[in-house]
Amino acid sequence: MYKYDHYDQALVDARVAEFRDQINRRIAGEITEDQFKPLRLMNGLYLQLHAYMLRVAIPYGTLDSRQMRMLAHIARKYDRDYGHFTTRQNIQYNWIKLEECADILEELATVEMHAIQTSGNCIRNISSDQYAGAAADEVTDPRPWAELLRQWSTFHPEFSYLPRKFKIAVIASPEDRAAMRLHDIGLELIRQDGVLGARVFVGGGMGRTPMIAPEINPFVKADDLLSYLEACLRVYNRYGRRDNIYKARIKILIHEIGADEYRRQVAEEFAHVKTLGIDPPLAELERITAFFAAPAYDAVDVETDRSDPDFAVWLDQNVKPHKQAGYAIVNISLKPIGGIPGDATSAQIDVMADLAERYSFDELRVTHAQNIVLPYVAKRDLYAVWQGLRDAELADANLDLISDIIACPGLDYCSLANARSIPVAQKIATRFADMDRQRDLGELKLKISGCINACGHHHAGHIGILGVDKKGVENYQLTFGGSGAEDVSIGKIIGPGFDEDGVVDAVEKATEVYKALRQGDERFIDTYRRVGLEPFKEAIYG
Amino acid sequence: MVEFRYRSDEVTEQPSVTLDAFLDQSNATAVRLEPDDDARALLPFLDRLTLIEVAFPKYRDGRGYSAARILRESGYRGELRAQGDVLVDQIAFMRRCGFDSFAPEASLNPEAVARALSTYDHVYQKAADTAVPVWKLRHG
Repeated sequence: MYKYDHYDQALVDARVAEFRDQINRRIAGEITEDQFKPLRLMNGLYLQLHAYMLRVAIPYGTLDSRQMRMLAHIARKYDRDYGHFTTRQNIQYNWIKLEECADILEELATVEMHAIQTSGNCIRNISSDQYAGAAADEVTDPRPWAELLRQWSTFHPEFSYLPRKFKIAVIASPEDRAAMRLHDIGLELIRQDGVLGARVFVGGGMGRTPMIAPEINPFVKADDLLSYLEACLRVYNRYGRRDNIYKARIKILIHEIGADEYRRQVAEEFAHVKTLGIDPPLAELERITAFFAAPAYDAVDVETDRSDPDFAVWLDQNVKPHKQAGYAIVNISLKPIGGIPGDATSAQIDVMADLAERYSFDELRVTHAQNIVLPYVAKRDLYAVWQGLRDAELADANLDLISDIIACPGLDYCSLANARSIPVAQKIATRFADMDRQRDLGELKLKISGCINACGHHHAGHIGILGVDKKGVENYQLTFGGSGAEDVSIGKIIGPGFDEDGVVDAVEKATEVYKALRQGDERFIDTYRRVGLEPFKEAIYG
Repeated sequence: MVEFRYRSDEVTEQPSVTLDAFLDQSNATAVRLEPDDDARALLPFLDRLTLIEVAFPKYRDGRGYSAARILRESGYRGELRAQGDVLVDQIAFMRRCGFDSFAPEASLNPEAVARALSTYDHVYQKAADTAVPVWKLRHG
C-alpha cells in the first residue's frame, strides 16, 4: 500500500485547515450558500434531501485496516452508525452535520485519507481493478499508476473548472472488472515489445447519453502518459461544451467532432505539451511501485475442506483464484437479501478490518459493484474468514448473481433522483432469495438507477432498471443487454415501464425466458445476445 | 479595476482591444481574450504585447486557465490579467497557470487572498509558475 511522505501529508493537512476556515466563514454568515457551494463540492460535501452527505475518497478502492476502522469510527461518531460504499469505490455518509465536517476530515487525515475532488467539475477519484496485485491475468499492478495519476490530478490548477466532472479508470488485465470503457478516460496497461504503456480510451460514460469510449491511442509509453493525458484534458477544457450541462461531458465533444478529429487535436497538443517536462521521471513511478510490492507470501497450497455445505457454496461463488499458489481472493458481499446495496454498519466495517489485518496482509479493496475484497487470503484461512464473516452477517454467497445488485441511493436520499432505487433492489433480492434458484440463473448483473444520471450503472446491467417520474408516480423502465466488462455494451430499453411490483414481475419473467432458451453454459446476457429481445418482450408484455 | 498585481513593472495604460480588433491593427499592445477566443492566435505577436486580459464571465468557465498556460508556455512574459467573476479560492490556481494580475468584478479581501496564496507549501504537478513539483523534490 502507498504510504504518504511528508509532502503528501502536508497537502492533505493544509486542505483540512483551508476547508475548516471556509466552513467557519459559512457558519458565521460571511459567505452565502451560493459562494460556499463550489467550495464544499471540492471537498465532497453535498446538500441532499435530508442532510449533508460527505463522500470520502478511497483512492483506487484500496485501503488498510487502520483506514477501514476509521471509516467505522466516523460512521459511529458522526453518522447513524453506517456508511454506503459507492460505485466509484468510495464511501458516503448520509447524515453529516456541517459543523462537524472539518473534524471528520481532520480525523481522516490522520490515516492518510481525504475527500478531495470527490465532487465538482474536476478529475475525480481514480478507479481501478479491485483484484490489482492479486489477479493472475494482470500485465502489471495498475495501482502504482493510479497513485501517480492521483497525485498528478490533485489540485491540478488547469483542470479544476472543467466543463463537467471527469472520471479515470486504470486496469491492467484483459478482463475488465472496472467498467474501464465507461469512463471519461479508460487506461488499459499493456506491454508492447517488452515496453510498458497504456491503451488510451476516451469519451465513455453513462448518464443520460451512454457511450462506450473509443480507442484514441493504441499505445502511449509510460514516460509520456501524463503529458498525453494533459493533452487529452486540455483539448476537452478548451472545446468541451459549456452551454448545456447535459452535453458537457467529454463523450459529447468526441461524439460531435469524431474520434479521429479528437485524436488529431490531442496529438497536436501532445507534441507541444511533451516539450514542457511535466512527466515525472520513471524513478517516481518506481518509488511508488515499491509500496505495492507483493506481500510476504508464506502459505503452501492446500486442498480446502468443503465439508460444511454453506461454506462450500460461498467458496464456489465468492472466492476467486489468486496469482499466488496457496492464496485466494475473497469477495465480501454487501448485498444481503432485503438489505441496502453497499451499506455496512460500523460493526461490520470493523469486522472486515479485523479480518483484513489478520488474514489479508492488512489490505482491503472496495469494488465498483459496491462489495469489499480481501485480496490476499491464504487458502488455509478461508474457513476462519468465512466464519468471521458469517457471524457478522457478511457471508452472503451471491457475488455476480441476480441479488448482487448495484443500486444508487435513489429518492430515499438523493436530491437528483426521480424514483426510489433501494426498495426495488430489496424486492428483487427477496423474490430471488432462494440460493439454488439464484445459482441456477448464474451470472446476472442487475443494476438500478433512480434517475437518468445513471449512478446505479443501469446502462451496463445485463438487466438494467431506470426509475423515472411519470406524472408524479414512480415508474421503472427495463433495459437488457448492457455490460460493463470487457464485452462492454449499452443496454436497450425493452418497452413501456412498470410500477414497482410490475418491474419485479417483469424481471422474473425475463429469467424464465432465459431458463427456457439457454444453451449450454450461456449466461443470461449471452442468451439475450443470441436470441434478441423478441422472446423476452413476448413473455413480459404479451 | 486591477486589485492585485504581482509584477514590478508599470501598469499598462493602453486599453485592451478585442482579439479581432487586435488582429486588424498593427500597433495595439493590449488585448482582451473572451472564453471563446483561441489564445494561440496571439502567438505570432507575443513580443509586442504588454497586457493580455483574459475574461472570466462566470467562475465555472475554466477555459481561461488553459489560455493562460498556453500563452506562458509559448514564452509570453507580459502582464496576464484575469478579469471578471474571479473568486478568492481560484487565485492560487490562476497564479499557477501564469496569471499575475487580477481584476475581480466583486472586490476581494486582501487578507483572504494572501491566505489563499499561502495555504499550500507544495504542489504535485508542474505548471506555468516556478513552483517545483514534489516529484522533483523527491528525486532532485
